[in-house]
Amino acid sequence: MTLITILGLILILIGIWGMLTQRNIIKIIIGFSIVDTGVHLIMVSIGYIKDRTAPIIDSAVSQADAVNKVVDPIPSALVLTAIVIGLAVTALMLSYAIKLYEKKGTLDINEFKELKW
Amino acid sequence: MVKKIFIVIILGFFAVMLLPLAKDFTPFQELSPLAKKYVEDSPEELGAANIVTSVIVTYRGLDTLGEVAVLFIAAAGVGFFLRREGKNAKTAKRGSSQILQSGTAFLFPLILVFGVYIFLHGHLTPGGGFQGGVVIASGMVLLLLSSVSTKINENVLHLVESLSGASYIAIGILGLVLAAGFLDNRFLDLGEFGTLLSAGAIPLIYSFIGLKVGAELVGIIDNMQKDQS
Repeated sequence: MTLITILGLILILIGIWGMLTQRNIIKIIIGFSIVDTGVHLIMVSIGYIKDRTAPIIDSAVSQADAVNKVVDPIPSALVLTAIVIGLAVTALMLSYAIKLYEKKGTLDINEFKELKW
Repeated sequence: MVKKIFIVIILGFFAVMLLPLAKDFTPFQELSPLAKKYVEDSPEELGAANIVTSVIVTYRGLDTLGEVAVLFIAAAGVGFFLRREGKNAKTAKRGSSQILQSGTAFLFPLILVFGVYIFLHGHLTPGGGFQGGVVIASGMVLLLLSSVSTKINENVLHLVESLSGASYIAIGILGLVLAAGFLDNRFLDLGEFGTLLSAGAIPLIYSFIGLKVGAELVGIIDNMQKDQS
């Protein structure tokens, strides 16, 4: 149980709350981004080891001693991938929002009834 | 009212589902065996000082190829949705302020150079192709904000994007032919550890990724900005 994991969990819940309660499409997209950030925080916190540093070999971290001095590089690599994908998905959602606004002249999700049942 | 109760139930469901993750998770004291192998082997094997980079570009290079593909598909989707259907309705636009214009003229070249620096030093310092590409794209945003009439040459953009994407794959296949596997960086000389020209093909691969990501993001921004005019 670490502080960062719990903060990430709280961010995920805030994001889901935002996606469920907000009616403005842009705010729903912001909620999605908050969920994204929470997931990234949890992933980074899983790879973190207390009192250790970034996995880069330089004058501060010698090659022989690296195993005892650096954090897990794999979650960092995964989060880098996840951030880029999150950026791409957000851009795609925003372009949907622009198109929907052009069609209806509003961003209120309640005005889009075509697929409602 | 019913909707609010539903929302509370859904939130509670997610909280119960995610709580064990936070509660039962004990922080690691040691590196996992796989991470240990990466940390121990990668400086010798690949010559990259930044272990995250050697994981992304070489050990998990295929994942990165998929990531670049996802980014490309998203950029293509944005271009598809926001394409202009022949209409050229110009709305009157207010020019930007003198401060923004002068600031852009001063900062734009610096931001470009900084982006290039980040992706060239991806194997030595924190950063790499994706980050460098995003920095370059942010410079272009500044340019678009400062003068609304800026036209970005899309042909050049598409040329840079497709050429760098194709070169990335070509380097991967070169690794397959000349070294041990797809996206293996060791077909070039590993060089002296910790210098700019080291780590075999990693700086080359990251440069192409940086150019590709930069061109794609500039394309996304250009599409969104064009749609407003």
